Amino acid sequence: MSTRTFRVWRGDAEGGELVEFDVEVNEGEVVLDVIHRIQAEQAPDLAVRWNCKAGKCGSCSAEVNGMPRLTCMARMNLFEEGETVTVTPLRTFPIMRDLVTDVSFNYQKARETPSFTPPADLAPGEYRMQQVDVERSQEFRKCIECFLCQNTCHVVRDHEENKEPFAGPRVFIRVAELDMHPLDTRTDRQDTAQDEQGLGYCNITKCCTEVCPENIHITDNGIIPMKERVAGDRYDPLVWLGRKIFRKGERQD
Amino acid sequence: MSETDNDVERLTCDVLIIGAGGAGLRAAVEARLAGRSVIVISKSLFGKAHTVMAEGGAAAAMGNVNSRDNWQVHFRDTMRGGKFLNDYRMAELHAKEAPDRIWELETYGALFDRTPEGKISQRNFGGHEYPRLAHVGDRTGLELIRTLQQKLVSLQQDDAAATGSFEDRLRVIDEATITDLFVSDGVVQGAFGYRRDTGSFLAIAAPSIVLATGGIGRSFKVTSNSWEYTGDGHALALKAGASLINMEFIQFHPTGMVWPPSVRGILVTESVRGDGGVLTNTDGKRFMFDYIPEVFKAQYADTPEEADRWYTDPDHNRRPPELLPRDEVARAINAEVKAGRGTEHGGVYLDIASRRDPAYITKQLPSMYHQFKELADVDITAEPMEVGPTCHYIMGGIEVDADTTETGVTGLFAAGEVSGGMHGSNRLGGNSLSDLLVFGKRAGEHAAAHAERAETVAIDKESIERAATNALRPFTGEGENPYELQAALQEVNGRLVGIIRRASELEEALVELDALRPRIANVAAAGGRAYNPGWHLALDLENMLLCSIATAKAALERDESRGGHTREDAPGMDPQWRKTNLVETLEDGEVRLRRKPVPAMPPELLSLFETTELAKYMTPEEYRTTAAAEGPEAEQEDAE
Amino acid sequence: MSTTDDTSVSAPPRAAIEARTLRTDNWMRVPVLTVLGLTAWVAYATFRVFYQGNYWVADYHYLTPFYSPCFSVGCVPESAHFGRFLPDHPLLPYAALSLPFLLAFRLTCYYYRKAYYRSFWLSPPACAVPDGHAKYTGETRLPLIGQNLHRYFFYVALLITLVNTYDAILAFQSPAGFGFGLGNLVLLGNVALLWCYTFGCHSCRHVMGGKLRHFSKHPVRYRLWTIASVLNNRHMMWAWITLGSLMLTDFYVMAVSAGWISDLRFIN
Ligand SMILES: Cc1cc2nc3c(=O)[nH]c(=O)nc-3n(C[C@H](O)[C@H](O)[C@H](O)COP(=O)(O)OP(=O)(O)OC[C@H]3O[C@@H](n4cnc5c(N)ncnc54)[C@H](O)[C@@H]3O)c2cc1C
Ligand code: SF4
Ligand code: SF4
Ligand code: FES
Ligand code: FES
Repeated sequence: MSTRTFRVWRGDAEGGELVEFDVEVNEGEVVLDVIHRIQAEQAPDLAVRWNCKAGKCGSCSAEVNGMPRLTCMARMNLFEEGETVTVTPLRTFPIMRDLVTDVSFNYQKARETPSFTPPADLAPGEYRMQQVDVERSQEFRKCIECFLCQNTCHVVRDHEENKEPFAGPRVFIRVAELDMHPLDTRTDRQDTAQDEQGLGYCNITKCCTEVCPENIHITDNGIIPMKERVAGDRYDPLVWLGRKIFRKGERQD
Repeated sequence: MSETDNDVERLTCDVLIIGAGGAGLRAAVEARLAGRSVIVISKSLFGKAHTVMAEGGAAAAMGNVNSRDNWQVHFRDTMRGGKFLNDYRMAELHAKEAPDRIWELETYGALFDRTPEGKISQRNFGGHEYPRLAHVGDRTGLELIRTLQQKLVSLQQDDAAATGSFEDRLRVIDEATITDLFVSDGVVQGAFGYRRDTGSFLAIAAPSIVLATGGIGRSFKVTSNSWEYTGDGHALALKAGASLINMEFIQFHPTGMVWPPSVRGILVTESVRGDGGVLTNTDGKRFMFDYIPEVFKAQYADTPEEADRWYTDPDHNRRPPELLPRDEVARAINAEVKAGRGTEHGGVYLDIASRRDPAYITKQLPSMYHQFKELADVDITAEPMEVGPTCHYIMGGIEVDADTTETGVTGLFAAGEVSGGMHGSNRLGGNSLSDLLVFGKRAGEHAAAHAERAETVAIDKESIERAATNALRPFTGEGENPYELQAALQEVNGRLVGIIRRASELEEALVELDALRPRIANVAAAGGRAYNPGWHLALDLENMLLCSIATAKAALERDESRGGHTREDAPGMDPQWRKTNLVETLEDGEVRLRRKPVPAMPPELLSLFETTELAKYMTPEEYRTTAAAEGPEAEQEDAE
Repeated sequence: MSTTDDTSVSAPPRAAIEARTLRTDNWMRVPVLTVLGLTAWVAYATFRVFYQGNYWVADYHYLTPFYSPCFSVGCVPESAHFGRFLPDHPLLPYAALSLPFLLAFRLTCYYYRKAYYRSFWLSPPACAVPDGHAKYTGETRLPLIGQNLHRYFFYVALLITLVNTYDAILAFQSPAGFGFGLGNLVLLGNVALLWCYTFGCHSCRHVMGGKLRHFSKHPVRYRLWTIASVLNNRHMMWAWITLGSLMLTDFYVMAVSAGWISDLRFIN
């Protein structure tokens, strides 16, 4: 047990500041435990989101010493003895109060993404899919919607105006998931991603992947394959030539 | 459909669903498909309800892995697991309809793990005779909730395409808490609540309301449950005039983490033991051999040698006692710790490191490996884990009609963990997720049908004002801070209403809980109304208290031990109690308890069991009503 | 709140946090090292490409990859395996037909893009550190939309890697006929690493099988995709290793050719 100094951002849309707390820290604790102790003992109205406290729900996202992460998985032994720990809300989204931000941006972008479209003639119970065919999409379905990737992506983090044209990494892996789903029937997902969701804004600098607590290879397995699919459709010379010669599309197999 | 009145946002809809977990979302889909306008309310963000934490899978007798599986076998397993106290009709519907509910999820986009033929793969779990749990690795709950969330979104997209509005017919209001139901003459009128972000009030008029609020685990300090589990639905139902049943049955999972303190209670999946892990005390002794009850001696090995052979040759050896039903294992761990043979942190060792090689462990138990590594700095391939019992699930809940899920209050429905009866005295692993789907759908369907024929509802101003005053009360309270009071409540429950109960302690608990009442009534919240967790907790406390009283009362009344209720002073099951449910209602602010007969199983269901098995649970008059048919030997177990 | 019951993408204020970044770790290290590494390599490569000498070891037929395929009329005839037709001019590298493609291949490589966007362009310099620019449109318009042409360059790079492999095989030579020396190991090693880099390319991964919806119907392509994926997982590592190996191979050939060292011979 030791006493540590925490700086927690407190405030709302009107403004705010980093407030210092000296707080007891016990062995094995995570940042969220310490926030809870501050709440229980010093600041009962300190706003913070959490649910599972086991890295499964993606509620407790914040920035700890400037790095976006789940506070329930940020162990205190990450920090040096005596190091001040600074906890701030996600920067990219509008502030509600203290550590809580308005993450509706992400839900709106999800809602603009065309849903799963199964074959019309396939009855429930008749779906047959091979494990190798579902595995790629399953990786993306591990997403706990913590929105750390959305928050870290510089495209919107540093450029508010891009929130309009850019859907963000979380949405891109959802699109990839559906485009790779063995039974999805839509063929326009690549075009939607490129033309309406701003896939081209991503410069694959991989910060989304770096912060993803589920270790989803967002860029390598989701965004880049989508970019490649778009490129294959629009810019690949061999595909273009092949189409000229064989007069058929390569996209559906 | 929204107007603002005295700072209270007024909304109307046909079906109001309180809770956005598996049950609530499935109900929403159904009610919307039935053409009704739907509002879903949830305390947490959309897609983060407690269901997200479920790991193992959802039980449904699809027979994909073993074609001999069918609903009758599933029904039988469920009844055994619940020690025959289950509402047989719910168990029957559940077993029959679960496969369809799972298959439906695939049409919404769910991607379960597959069998080589490309069907949904199914895994073995405690108490299920055949491999039965549809799963996705160890994150099945996430798949379930995300699938339903995305289905809701797709319905909203359909609506937007048709009407231009995403939310006219199906609206999700998340981070909002319902604090009151409006009922007039036993008929539901609507609900009152606050938005967590601003603290502003909502009043929603609806002829049908579905409660899908989950459980009560936060009343215990050591729990696998999240802050949402404050028993709101149970309390709302009680206050609305509905009744609760079986509130004494709480499942303590034997293996929760115990160290470090901050993770105490977080679940350690049963698969660790299924895959070869053993429990040892500080003397290094594999103690479960000392705790095999008489009734299980036939199925469980009495030497480590035989137990170890079971993993490779289950047909010729008896199973290891580590795989006894959950209540037995939890009690054994408790006894070892009490006898001073526990670890310094109050647990015992769960050791798989010395029994399986590291590659096997990391392959079979990836999330457990990760969980211990990240949260406890323990490498489970090299060291034993420290574990102890943790509060996990409440079998009891709102009393509902099995077919329609309607409660005693007209227009009020309940589904999911908040409802009672389905699991009897003890729930089998995987049966909760399927329960959410089966009864969530039924709730949505019947709530929609009710809304269609119901008369228009109205909420009067006075009721709203009363509800608002009530909700603001903590700001004028002069008492203690809510966090202290919650800790005090948890302490009473943990100490006196835990796994092992005694009449004297339960009486003491009731006295102490009663003493907490005025303190909770006088709770003081600091700060303003915008996103103020202290205030939110202050309002939850009353619900937690009500549920705790209901549990303690019923636990005191039932002087036998069965499933998730263990009375040290009344060990063993009593066939007379098998016939009795405990039903609780609220009268003038007091929890009233009465006994009610468990409905008798009809002959065609009774005939699914062998007489010898029925004789273990029932009085002769009950099972002699029919000639018992063939049925496999009983083997009981519980799970997560 | 807030998540779905509010329909506009609005811009209400974010938390007013003064510090531009609160990262306390040394986030500048990686971009600085990247700038240094890439600059050093480009400097060396530029020097070598225009040097037009010491690229060929006549005794053992070692040809440096920087001069392969050697198309200039200035090339030593034995080193030009595919003919000589480019004019010999000090500003025209001997391998002027392949080098631009190799350069473009690496410039449009998804890894190098990440590396230079971060380190040279500061967009962003590190995660959760502000972008160095006020406006940002990513790869949506010219010239950066051209990054989508990576696939073209991949196809050409594939051919060039085949040529490099051919070079390495031809190099089992000595004045006595067959020969085998340390230089062969260097050339082979370099080619092997180049394959690891090239076959792990994202475009390659896509072409091999990534674009398929049903792996189960294409077992061979699934295998190829799996191999490409394994290599792709370490693409950054291969990108740096091959920079090193290219430089080393070139330097080795130069050193032997210039007579600074003599090749260690195992056979002949
Ligand atoms: C760690 C863990 C593992 C588990 N593993 C399994 C498993 O493998 N298989 C299995 O079958 N079961 C498992 N369970 C049990 C199962 O997950 C739960 O019983 C089930 O998810 C409950 O679902 P629900 O829909 O009833 O409620 P929940 O998913 O809990 O949802 C409740 C909803 O109600 C809302 N709510 C509550 N109160 C209010 C209020 N006052 N106002 C507005 N909204 C409110 C909440 O915000 C939430 O949205 C597990 C449980 C835990 C804790
Ligand atoms: S890789 Fe693309 S989506 Fe991911 S953070 Fe970088 S720019 Fe954003
Ligand atoms: S992809 Fe990863 S970082 Fe992004 S929301 Fe999902 S879990 Fe979070
Ligand atoms: S609280 Fe669920 S992820 Fe942190
Ligand atoms: S070479 Fe790097 S991605 Fe193609």
